[in-house]
Amino acid sequence: MNGAISDGLIVTWRNLKRIPRIPELAIFAILQSVMFVLLFAFVFGGAIPLPDGGSYREYLMPGIFAQTIVFAAATTAIGMCDDIHKGLLDRFRSLPMSRSAVLIGRTVADVVYNAGILVVLMISGYVVGWRINTGLPELLAGVGLLLLFAVAMAAIGVWLGLAVPSVEVAQQVSFTVLFPITFLSNVFVPPQSLPEWLQPVAEWNPVSTLTAATRELWGNPNPYVGTGLPAEQPALVTVIWVIVILAIFLPAGVRRYRNLSR
Amino acid sequence: MAAITAEGLVKIYRTRKTEVRALDGVDLQVDEGTVMGLLGPNGAGKTTAVRILATLLRPDAGHATVGGFDVVREAHQVRSMIGLSGQYAAVDENLTARENLWMFGRLYQLPSAESSRRAAELLVQFDLVEAADRTVKTYSGGMRRRLDLASALIGRPRLLFLDEPTTGLDPRSRLGMWDVIRRLVRDGVTLLLTTQYLEEADELADIIAVVDHGRIIARGTADQLKSQVGGERIEVVVHDPSEIQRAAEILARDGSGQWTLDEHTRKLTVPATGGAAKLIEVVRDLGEAGVEIDDIALRRPTLDDVFLSLTGHTSETETPEAAA
Ligand SMILES: Nc1ncnc2c1ncn2[C@@H]1O[C@H](COP(=O)(O)OP(=O)(O)OP(=O)(O)O)[C@@H](O)[C@H]1O
Ligand SMILES: [Mg+2]
Repeated sequence: MNGAISDGLIVTWRNLKRIPRIPELAIFAILQSVMFVLLFAFVFGGAIPLPDGGSYREYLMPGIFAQTIVFAAATTAIGMCDDIHKGLLDRFRSLPMSRSAVLIGRTVADVVYNAGILVVLMISGYVVGWRINTGLPELLAGVGLLLLFAVAMAAIGVWLGLAVPSVEVAQQVSFTVLFPITFLSNVFVPPQSLPEWLQPVAEWNPVSTLTAATRELWGNPNPYVGTGLPAEQPALVTVIWVIVILAIFLPAGVRRYRNLSR
Repeated sequence: MAAITAEGLVKIYRTRKTEVRALDGVDLQVDEGTVMGLLGPNGAGKTTAVRILATLLRPDAGHATVGGFDVVREAHQVRSMIGLSGQYAAVDENLTARENLWMFGRLYQLPSAESSRRAAELLVQFDLVEAADRTVKTYSGGMRRRLDLASALIGRPRLLFLDEPTTGLDPRSRLGMWDVIRRLVRDGVTLLLTTQYLEEADELADIIAVVDHGRIIARGTADQLKSQVGGERIEVVVHDPSEIQRAAEILARDGSGQWTLDEHTRKLTVPATGGAAKLIEVVRDLGEAGVEIDDIALRRPTLDDVFLSLTGHTSETETPEAAA
């Protein structure tokens, strides 16, 4: 256990080192999110009126944060897959180190990386007019929830990276799955505007509950609440989602990692 | 004591459509402090064997021990004794050489200071001091290869696996690598290395195991393998085709067996005993008979010849014509 933590931290160190060494990765990850902010704030924002004169930008930003966290799973998957193909995972597996250190290191590093990106995004959100209308505890609670979800997404990314045959496939699969997940949610549009049979999907979608939870925590407009548990307890449902995802993907990822020796 | 043992190793790679029997019952024994060379052409199963012994791959049948520990059940103990340098350099491109070595040292469970010290030592030993603080991305293939071997040595392993350590190196770097390897062996490291170069196995290995299609088809010292193919030969390239017959008669008399002719290159070959003295005799007889020659040589069998006689094909080419 001790070994898992210290080895895990070394792998984390190594994963974080690469961020300043390939600044393009972080820069484009941030640019992509900033682009979404600008696109929706300035292009679509005017066309999507909120009732009671709420600010669309305040409505939008929590969704952008959630979207960014969700898309981070792709980064994790690609990183994992890259390590396999560069032979680095073989080197790690030939060393007398904790078996879980590689998975821990990848997860922790990606969560830290996401926290950094989140900070940059919050600042750019502030610039376009997003505000937190509550206090510091709520701010921290919201960020905590986002990062908790980031852990779940990293677990999915680790599993995916170990499951696919190449970096390109990791990329393709991630975007094919993640785009619909973020769009079938309350991030950009009210879920009530979706066809009726899709509405429950959008309401239970963890991206929606995560977004709704942070909107509520920060006093940002969240006018289209439906009914039922996800509407009433979005934070709770998000935490349940995180537990479910971890329960499924952690063991699945560990199994994949073991099966590398097949 | 045997540092490495393997009995009946079988490995089958299953893909959706095909099954590849990469290892088909491999037995090995490498004594402590000796060098075993696995020699074989592309696809023979060398990498597969190394990966099983280095705990990266589980065999489908058979078992193996390294340093007395079972490679499947006691993988962790095996890992604390071995160093592995795989066929392709496995180092982090985004770290510097020094950072790579430090990281692998830490993961080999060396304390941080010890790890840095050992890294500095290896950077000197592998001539990487100047590039030590540049990211590996900027390295040439040979530099990566050296860093990879240095990484394998970070924990001073008693057992070393090197998968084609000199593939892709220029002749000078290859000699340098041989030097490094010889020094390790002198310090008592047990080494299992794979190679496609017959010369390399001859140069470095105490015992050579020839692998083909997942089986070991011969094993022994380089000399034993060579004697399996027969002794020395004299080769004569005759200048004028019309004089071949006369030269052949002389070789038949001086040699100790049946001569053969490669008409295309006008090269006559005959088994011969007596070494250099016999060579001089042949030169003299040819000279007295007035046969003009382009080239003459006493040739010892190479491992290429071994391969040819064992498998019916040379190590480089898979074409059966080459054996004809
Ligand atoms: N992951 C894999 N999946 C399917 N087949 C494989 C896999 N790895 C190796 N093989 C097959 O197993 C056989 C042995 O491969 P191996 O890599 O052990 O050969 P090798 O002797 O190291 O060859 P080379 O000199 O080219 O490195 C080959 O036929 C190869 O195609
Ligand atoms: Mg190989």
